[in-house]
This record gives sequence, structure tokens and C-alpha cells, in this order.
Amino acid sequence: MRLFKDAKYPFMAGRRRAYIASAVLIGLGIASIVLHGGLKYGVDFTGGTLVQVEFNEQVDAANLRSVVEEAGFAGAAIQGFGGDREYLVRLQTFEEVAGQGEVERMLAAISAAFGEDGYTVLRVEAVGPKVGSELQRKAVLAILMSFVLTLIYLAFRFEWRFGVAAVVATIHDILITFGFISLVGIEITLGTVAAILTIVGYSLNDTIVVFDRIRENLRKKRKEPYETTLNRSINETLPRTVLTSGTTLVTLMALFLFGGSVIRPFAMVLILGVVIGTYSSIFVASPALLEIEEYGRRRAKAQRAHAAEA
Amino acid sequence: MFGTVRARIILIAVLLLLCGWALLPKEGPTGERESPLKLGLDLQGGMHLAVEIDDPDGTLDAAAKADAIDRTLTTIRNRIDEFGVREPTIQRVGDARIVVELAGIDDPERAKSIVERTAFLEFKIVRGGEEFRRALPRIDRIIVREIGAENLEVVPILEPETPTGLQELLQGADSAAAEPGAADAGADTTTSGTGTDTAATGAGTDTAATGAGTDTTTGGEEEQELRPLTALLLESGQVGQFLVREQDIPTVERYLALEAVTDAIPRGAELKWGVEPIAGGADSYRTLFVLEDEPLLTGEDLADAGPAARDPTFNQPYVPFETTRRGARKFERGTSRHVGDLMAIVLDNKVQSAPVIRQTLGRRAQIEMGTGSSLQEAQDLALVLRAGALPQPIRIVEERSVGPSLGADSVRQGKMAFAIGIILVLLLMVAYYRVAGVMAVIALSFYVVLLLGGLAGLGATLTLPGIAGIILSIGMAVDANVLIFERIREELEAGKTPRTAVDTGFEAALSAIVDANLTTLITAIILFQFGTGPVRGFAVTLVIGILASFFTAIFVTRTLFMIYLDRRAAGAPIKI
Repeated sequence: MRLFKDAKYPFMAGRRRAYIASAVLIGLGIASIVLHGGLKYGVDFTGGTLVQVEFNEQVDAANLRSVVEEAGFAGAAIQGFGGDREYLVRLQTFEEVAGQGEVERMLAAISAAFGEDGYTVLRVEAVGPKVGSELQRKAVLAILMSFVLTLIYLAFRFEWRFGVAAVVATIHDILITFGFISLVGIEITLGTVAAILTIVGYSLNDTIVVFDRIRENLRKKRKEPYETTLNRSINETLPRTVLTSGTTLVTLMALFLFGGSVIRPFAMVLILGVVIGTYSSIFVASPALLEIEEYGRRRAKAQRAHAAEA
Repeated sequence: MFGTVRARIILIAVLLLLCGWALLPKEGPTGERESPLKLGLDLQGGMHLAVEIDDPDGTLDAAAKADAIDRTLTTIRNRIDEFGVREPTIQRVGDARIVVELAGIDDPERAKSIVERTAFLEFKIVRGGEEFRRALPRIDRIIVREIGAENLEVVPILEPETPTGLQELLQGADSAAAEPGAADAGADTTTSGTGTDTAATGAGTDTAATGAGTDTTTGGEEEQELRPLTALLLESGQVGQFLVREQDIPTVERYLALEAVTDAIPRGAELKWGVEPIAGGADSYRTLFVLEDEPLLTGEDLADAGPAARDPTFNQPYVPFETTRRGARKFERGTSRHVGDLMAIVLDNKVQSAPVIRQTLGRRAQIEMGTGSSLQEAQDLALVLRAGALPQPIRIVEERSVGPSLGADSVRQGKMAFAIGIILVLLLMVAYYRVAGVMAVIALSFYVVLLLGGLAGLGATLTLPGIAGIILSIGMAVDANVLIFERIREELEAGKTPRTAVDTGFEAALSAIVDANLTTLITAIILFQFGTGPVRGFAVTLVIGILASFFTAIFVTRTLFMIYLDRRAAGAPIKI
């Protein structure tokens, strides 16, 4: 079997349409973030308490809410979790004083109302404000560090122009991913940050494969116009791009469909990331390279003209 | 060095054997066979706790804090050892934090209370309370001055019928408190009926009448004589004990926390809450004890504690203990001077019970637990007393626990997703590349063994995001194969011989594979550095996965191609 054999799509010619598409996607994402009043951070970063319980029998959400509120947690958010037996109770606060923390008090209240053996605690996540801000700082640092280090690596392996173009594509991907996260209402947790970093890695991977071919073709055919070389390189790597993205998407779809509720948001972000990463390596990274090249050429021409005048 | 097919096959075989050995079930420390793959807390259930020394006022200097952390670490280790958890992780992270990870436990809340409990035990004499009662008007004035009359909560004045209400309450309180005290079965126990002393009851009721009475008579002119604290304290009728309605506790605590109020409390006395709520009519009350601040004995003087038992007569759990020689002398001296007085057993600043000292106590005695306590709570108390108190109270700054059922669900679903994903990818590869696809399948199977063997061999922990990391690195392993195969196809189309095409294909694809894998490796290493728990698991599997995928794509697939090229009829085309 052979897909996209001798493909000759004019990717570069249509780059302006791609710019518009990207601008619209990024704009939509930013609009969503603004309209939602910023991104939704999970307890990992804000600090807070999350308790997931499963009752043996059906429990009304309103009933659970009144129990939780009577225990003194007025601001608790209660979220059903598939059916009327599983609930997620979330508090904004976590201040642990030995033996008197939110978790104990809440579980005591639930035990009092529904019986000690009437439910199972599936999951507890309680993060103090200090740890939350530490994790936040670490996440930002991790994203920045991976960014800077991959850039240094790319600058070392390729020319600086490739590095800049790769960064443009990566920022593009991150912006769209954040927009998507906001639109779908996924919380930013440690897992989401890992997913975003994976997307960065994947998108770079894709971009590098295309750039690798561009680098090779530039060496082979020095006379060819820059735009033609870029277009040819993208078309030559197209079968690989499609097949790799396809297989990765297949595994991610399996993860999304069968991986369970805990991992589903993670898989969803990754699926979007793979699609965007593939798109950006063709329609953002390579055009960016072309724009940088043309900008340099125009400047050189202007300088020459300037020199001639003088 | 690995130019010949034979040498390559030997290397691959050795690696396979190593991985197979790493994946064999091992005898665990408990003797039972354990899976060689360590599952993270999110997969098998368990608890992750991060604790810090609780020092809200910043009174500890750096050296004291470091010392406290060291001792806390040792104490928590001892406690967990006694509690009996398989392969616990108890380690210091940074300067000021201790992380405790307990896998596969059934009752995280119980384990948590064992870890976090300070278990600071003191035996203190209950004061007569007269001195404190005399200081009350002054304390009331201080509170009014500090908080301001307009900011004070309006306290409903006690109704004239209160004395009767109180009488009822006293009956209730008496019967509730008498049970622990009366359990005097042990030879040398600290127990006796709790303050059924009639004189004390008389005095108490008297004062209550005066206290409440004053308010009643001046009913119309509250402003003249505001009694914010007195109004909330009800006489319990027992020596040195007041009752406070549960809903008033925060207010009373706020008053008592004022610095000027602390200064006004009589010298040598201190106030402590009782641990058990006391039901009285519609309301529930908590006892406020007036205690000597110097303890007769502390937990440090204990040599041993337990085993906890339940009193057969009163069905109430207790913890027998034994003091050190020095402790015994201290205890004898202290209790001999206070025969007939009440002695409060204070655990973590809460009064557990306050029995009467019937006779001088020595080496052996026992701690009576509240009536609502279970035998398990008594056993846990004995455990923490044996393991020792924490040098400073600790504060939990992070708690994550996953129930075993959710963990099991995740494992099952993760395995399923893993299997489905990999089978689909293999089918795609074979359909698309035929013979070369089969080679990719063999290489990928080798990759899975290498990855799992690597995880087991390095003792890495497999977490849920770790499974995602595996799937991602499978994607990269496939990508490497695809890059190579596509290149070989291109070279064949350019008219090269199969052997040259394969060689050129591998060489040309190498740079892209190296660059792609290295950039991902950078990300993975950074994630490992900054990540905690699950994210770290993701990073570890990603690193091992990248290394394994790199090796299989470059080395294993190449070897398979070499075999294929050798066995093929001379001049026959290769199927790719």
C-alpha cells in the first residue's frame, strides 16, 4: 500500500489561508479563556480539597449537598460522576490542622448521614496553598526549561532560522491547546501540564522531520527557489507524516475510548495536540521558515540598495 | 563491532534474556511472590502524604527545625513499621518536608491519623478553678476592651430556669463521665468515679447561679456589664470544669487566643478542651478544663504501652502503660501529693479523661479512652505511644489517596487500551508495509519487552500517566520505523539495489530519528526533574521508552533487514 506517492500539493502557496485559519483558532481560544474568566486550575495548583466517593445506593445530589453544607462547607462544588452513586466534592480550601482537616470533617459528615459502610472513598486529593503555588511554579519552570533547552539543541543541530520557526510553531500549538482546554472545560492539573509538554515534544518531533528533509534538500539543490524546496520537502515527508500521526492517533483513540475516566481528559488533550502538531509542522513551521528567509532577503536587498545610493 | 548478523543476534538475545529475568516474579520481603513491575499509588490504590513541621508563628530557628524534621522522620518510620505496610516510602524531600507513600492500604484515613498524630501525652492535675473564676470578670472586661462592645456577638442571656436545665445536664454529664472513671478493674489504675464529689457539685451550682443570676438581674442594661466569656461558660458542677455549647467553641477560642486574655489567666493554670462531646438536652457541650500547666508526667517518661484492651465491665477501651524508672519516681511524687484530686490525661492538647487519683501511682497505670472510642482507636493510641511522640506538631500540606477499587479499574482499563492500541498499530503496519511491516511488528514486540524489562530492572514505578507515556513512546517507535521504511522506498524508486537502498534508507533516516528522540528525551528529563508522583512516572516511562524505541528501530529492525536480505533469492525485489 502506498499513500501520497509523488504528492505535489502546493502547501506553500496556500499559506495565507493557513494563517487565517490559525488566527481564527487562536482567537477563538483566547475569547473562550477571556469569557470563562481565565483558565480553570485544578486543586494541584490552586490548593484545595477534592473527595470522590461512591455510595452503595443512589444518593440525590441535593441531599449530598445539604449534608456537605451543614458540615460547614458552604462553597463546596458537587459534581455527579456517571449515575447517582458517584460524586466529586470539591472545596476551595485545604488547611490541615492535625486531625481536624477538611477531609476528616467531610468524611465524618458523610458517614453520619449515609452510614460508615454506606460508601467508599475512591479518591482524595488535598493540596495546601503552599504546595499548590510550588507546583505551579515548577510547572511553569518545566515548560520554560524544556522550551529553552530544545531551542538550544535545535540551534546547535540546525540553523537559527529553523529554531525560530520551530518556536513559532510550538507557541502556536500551545496557544491553540490552551484555547481548546478552556473551550472543553478541562482543568489544568499536573496531568494536563504533562500532556501539554508531550504535545510540545510531539509537535517538535514532527517539525524536525520536515526540517530535516528541508535541510537535506537545501544542500542538494542550491539553485532551486526556497519556496519550491520547502514545498517539495513537505510533500516528500507527507506519507510518513500521515502514517505516524495516524498510528499515534489510533493509540490515543484507544486510550480515550477504553482508558477510563481518569485518563480521558489527558487523552483528549493529546489527540488535539497531535492534530494541531501535524498541522503546524506543515502549515506554520515551514511557512514561518519561508517568511524569515524572505524577510532576510528583502533586508539584504534594501541594504544593497542603500549601499549603492551611498 | 556488530557488523555481522551473528553478533547482532547474540546481543539482542542477551538483552531479551536480561529483560526476561528482570520480569520474572521475585520473592518479596514477606516471602510471597510479587509482580516485578511496581505499580504507582494511582494504579494499586494507596496514599501519598506530604507533611511539614507546623510552626505558624515562626518560633523555630533553622537548626531546631532541621532537628525536628530528623526526629519526625524517625518517629514516622517507627510508627509505619509498627502499623505494618509493605514497602512504604518515607523520605525527606527538600529541607522541610517529609513524604510518606503507602501503597495498597485499605483505610487511608486511619493510616493518616497514625502518621500525623503528635501523640504528645501529659498527665496534669485539674485545678480547683476558683482562681480562674475570680479572674473571669477581669477577662470579660479585657475581651470587651480588645474586641469592642459593638463587635461582640449578642449572647442570649441565660433564662432563670437554667439551674434546672443545668441540673439535668449535670446528670447527663455525670453519667457520661462516670463510666470512664469507674473502670477501676486494673490493679494500679489511675481511675475512679469522675468528680462525684458533692462539695464540688455544690460549689459549682452555686457559682453558676451567681454567674447567671447577675446577668438576669441586670438583664435590661447589658451595656453596663458585658460578660462575653462568662456568658458562654456553664458550670459543670465538677472541679475545674466548665461546659461550653459546641456552637460557642469558636467564639470562646477566639477570646482565649487574645494575648491580653492569656496574660490574665492565673499563673500556673491553663485551659484545655475535653475530647468528647457531652449531650445535654437539645445541645451538645464540650468541657473546658482548668489544669495545672506543669505536667506530672509526659509521654517521654513512658517505657512501653499496650496492648490495648476493652474493659469487660464498662465496655470501654483502655491502654495500659509502663513508665521508665525515672518516670515512676516522678509519678509517685506527683500523685502522692494529689490523692483525691482529678488528674487529666491530656493527649495532643485534648483532655481524654480526668479520673480521680485514688492512691499513689507508680510504674504501671492505664489510660482510659473516652466512651465513644473503639478498640481500634485504643490500639492505634498504644502504637503511637510506643513509637514515640513527634517533637513538634506536624501539618499535612498535601494528601492524595486512591481507593483500591478505582486503582484496579484504572489498571484494567489501561491494559485494555494498551492492548487495543498496539494491536491496531501492528495491523496498520503490516497492511501498509507487508514484509517490512512484519519486521516492524517483531521489532515493536521486542520494544515492549525491553520497555517492561527496563521498568522492572530499574525499579521504576508504573503510573497511569506512565501508561500514556508508554503509548506515546510506542508512537515514536513506530515513527522511527516509518521514517526508515519510507526512505527505503524512496531509494528503491530512485533505482538503487535493495541492499544499497536499505543501507541508505537507514543512514538518511537516522538524523531525523536522533533529533526527534533527543528533543523528546530533553522534555522527559525535565519532567522527571520537576515533576512529582504521577508526572514523574510519566517521565520515567517516556525516558525508558525513548531509549528502547531508539534501539529497536535502529538496531533490531536493521538486523531483521540484514537477515531478510541474506535469505532472499539473489536479485529478488524486497517487499516493502
